[in-house]
Amino acid sequence: MPHTQPEDDVPVLIVGASLGALRTAEALRRSGYVGPLTVIGDEAHLPYNRPPLSKAALSDGVSHDDLAFPLRSVIDDVRWMLGTRIVSADLDARIIRDSNGHEHPYRALVAATGVRARRLNFPEAANNACFAVRTLDDAHALRASLQPGSRVVIIGAGFIGCEIAATARTLGCEVTVISSHPVPLARPLGSELGGEIMRRHQAHGVQFLVGRTVTQVAAGAENMNMVTLDDGSSLECDVLIEAVGSHPNTEWLRDNDLNLESGVLTDSQLRAVRADGTPWPDVFAVGDIARFPNALYDNEAHAVEHWNIPSETGKRVGETLSHYLAGPAAVAEPAERFAPVPSFWSDQFEIHLLAYGTLVRADRNELLHGELGDDCIFGYFQGDRLVGVCGIGMRATVMKYRAELAATGQRV
Amino acid sequence: MIEIKVDMTTCQHYGQCVFEAPNVFQLNAEDHLEWKATADDSERENVEAAIDVCPMQAISLAD
Repeated sequence: MPHTQPEDDVPVLIVGASLGALRTAEALRRSGYVGPLTVIGDEAHLPYNRPPLSKAALSDGVSHDDLAFPLRSVIDDVRWMLGTRIVSADLDARIIRDSNGHEHPYRALVAATGVRARRLNFPEAANNACFAVRTLDDAHALRASLQPGSRVVIIGAGFIGCEIAATARTLGCEVTVISSHPVPLARPLGSELGGEIMRRHQAHGVQFLVGRTVTQVAAGAENMNMVTLDDGSSLECDVLIEAVGSHPNTEWLRDNDLNLESGVLTDSQLRAVRADGTPWPDVFAVGDIARFPNALYDNEAHAVEHWNIPSETGKRVGETLSHYLAGPAAVAEPAERFAPVPSFWSDQFEIHLLAYGTLVRADRNELLHGELGDDCIFGYFQGDRLVGVCGIGMRATVMKYRAELAATGQRV
Repeated sequence: MIEIKVDMTTCQHYGQCVFEAPNVFQLNAEDHLEWKATADDSERENVEAAIDVCPMQAISLAD
């Protein structure tokens, strides 16, 4: 039932204007909160979909209109403050500040600032030939440089690095991937499946330098970069792409009673917790920065950078926060435990990966269906318990395991 | 009735929509998406959830 806050014109503030913010705003409105609601984001764009940034946005070129999420009428009266960077917060005073020194008081705060690409910062590099891909503007900047015959070096062989490698190779670039680990994608997928993905990339002409790290990048002639590795070898490139993981955007929350190690530590309601473990009633985190306990996994707290998590956490926070704002009488612990099944997918050449669960929790994996050189499905186990599943192709079968992964937690 | 559109140049057959609206979307034996172009109004909420979870944002309602 809708409720109002008569004399209260202090807004709910959501910081960060991406998918998590969008789903939080929708859920707040759908759950009955009708008071002022403002989303503040540092990017110039309304929320847009990021997975295409390492694929179609580089190969076909796409505009914000192509990637923008639809804005449903339920959030018509939400205020969007774009191009505004929040730099600090005072949670006791319920005020945040932007980079222009303006203060923004809030009634409740949702941290949805996500992660940024980790950068390696080589001081002698030609920086206009160094790229990372996290935002639409990043993808636009890189796209013009990916020409047939361009020599592209990618540092990092995780999902983003491998996806960009496939996209650049398909565009006709000469692509070399440098991986500190002996096998690409081994940490999430295991050595067997990671090795198979590397073989398929190599069959398309992607070069891999594995077990190597970059020690130096120095600008050469004509805006090229010379990349030196830890074995003393070096290679020249026209385009250098860093795909070496992410860093949580939590600096603006420093100097408050929070745990900001690897994100924002929250309770199962996504409320940010103090050092003593008690939650702030009016401060929440959603999306990539929310380090939340998942009931599927013994309530151990982890931040999960998969596409479905901003939506799952945003919906949860919208509902919880709406009840909180309705007043003490309406506050009730949600009946349902919070146990989202992480899901992710990746497209590299003709390889279509689909996965569920938390593969990095596994201590072993085994081939469950198919053959390694063909369509196949791997299961990931922690002891005897299935904690994740990943397939190349065979999606209908992969999807059947999702129910098993969701049900495993319910035994607890 | 509701009218459902899927942009098949964008769809990557991830099948996330199948969990949200199994009466409307399914993957066939070749792992390709099949869907009903029209459905009863009672499916609207499920289809809207399917629109939200599509990683490629390929689904829309014509109205």
